[in-house]
Amino acid sequence: MEYLIGIQGPDYVLVAADNVAASSIIQMKHDYDKMFKLSEKILLLCVGEAGDTVQFAEYIQKNVQLYKMRNGYELSPSAAANFTRKNLADYLRSRTPYHVNLLLAGHDESDGPGLFYMDYMASLAKAPFAAHGYGAFLTLSILDRYYRPDLSRDEAVELLRKCVEELNKRFILNLPSFNVRLIDKDGIHDMEKITLIAK
Amino acid sequence: FVGMILHQNPSCDWKTYGFQLFPFPALETDYHNLELERLKKSQTNWGDPQHIYMPPFPQATPFISRRTSRFGPPNHVLTVQRPFPLSHGTTTLGFIFQGGVIAAADTRASAGGLVACPAVHKITPIHSHLVVTSSGSGADCMLWERILIREIRLYELRHKRRLSIRASAKLLSCMLHPFKGTDVCVALTLGPRVIYVCSDGARLQGDIISVGSGSPYAYGVLDGGLSWSLSKEEAISLAREAVFRATHRDAYSGNNVDLFHIDFLRVLHETYNVYPTFKGHSLNVTTGKW
Repeated sequence: MEYLIGIQGPDYVLVAADNVAASSIIQMKHDYDKMFKLSEKILLLCVGEAGDTVQFAEYIQKNVQLYKMRNGYELSPSAAANFTRKNLADYLRSRTPYHVNLLLAGHDESDGPGLFYMDYMASLAKAPFAAHGYGAFLTLSILDRYYRPDLSRDEAVELLRKCVEELNKRFILNLPSFNVRLIDKDGIHDMEKITLIAK
Repeated sequence: FVGMILHQNPSCDWKTYGFQLFPFPALETDYHNLELERLKKSQTNWGDPQHIYMPPFPQATPFISRRTSRFGPPNHVLTVQRPFPLSHGTTTLGFIFQGGVIAAADTRASAGGLVACPAVHKITPIHSHLVVTSSGSGADCMLWERILIREIRLYELRHKRRLSIRASAKLLSCMLHPFKGTDVCVALTLGPRVIYVCSDGARLQGDIISVGSGSPYAYGVLDGGLSWSLSKEEAISLAREAVFRATHRDAYSGNNVDLFHIDFLRVLHETYNVYPTFKGHSLNVTTGKW
């Protein structure tokens, strides 16, 4: 139903998410933003069960901000990812687990760019590229085939476009538009929305 | 719009689920004692069980825990399997246009296959500029509307300024979060915004929102005819048409159409009769004559 994708380059991370907010068979919103800005250089992409996504993502967002207020400096992407995973794990075996799938993308001054894949089972993996949702089944092989660690930004956007066109062609659900953002040492940049015409 | 739940499965004791229901003493009804008292009374009625004298309301949707099959054994099995989750028996909608916001809803309260009440107010003004449309369990919606009214008023008194529209929606969403899994669904139509808040935690702001079992039918009419530059009369007639079409096709929506227009100054309320949809005699609902 929902789709997230992230591609890490040599000094940037490119992330995209679809724009559909659905409730059973109805698309309630066509321009819904699934990315949450944790800090100047960290983005959290969150999909999953209806209320859990916003509640959990905002909880992580506010806690990361609180850390910055208390200590004067921001959490690194790796630390934020581990904090998020710890929260998922703590709630996993409670009566109210959060059913959310996450991608955390960020840029660190010392470590460089990082893309972290997190699951509702509180798994965490740092990956060069990752995707969530049913669309991931269709697009991971494209990413395997064409990904190189030294992709330029234009090539990464081109690769993203390939994935999205494959979804448009083969995915049963209609995902017409995607938000695209790029994170590098200068922060988070909004890129042009990818809008597809239904075939 | 499911009516009040009168008969509760006695084996469903919500105290065992341990929900934190803190300052709501009104909700602490002891269902066990209620059942026993009924049974005691029935001893004078030749020992007949009391429940056969009640109309055949469906088994109340059990107060199931949030995750049934995934993380634990399912506590109760729903009797009817639906092809997709069909939300509550109502049609409510709200949309924005140049002249303000229109909120419309039908007025039927259904309990299973019974029309419990043909003239229910599903749209409630909760503030001078805020209006709430509700769908789902009627009792839950009434309760949460009153709680929201109280909380907005308390904020206004404490902080000497109005709570913003998005903040009201977020407040309701956060208050409903512990009750995830119950069947409340409230679509807020507030001031110059339409916000959809659901008990499963969803909170969406949009230009057109429709909630309920009749919502697909309403969307069909709305999406075709809606534009920003409608006049007030056109917008009202479009909303009326959308709810009417939904009541025509949906069994759980019907009777009248309640319409609210909010134009930043005041809330205007009108009620329109839907054309009676049953054959034979037609009853004029307002005058009560055939």
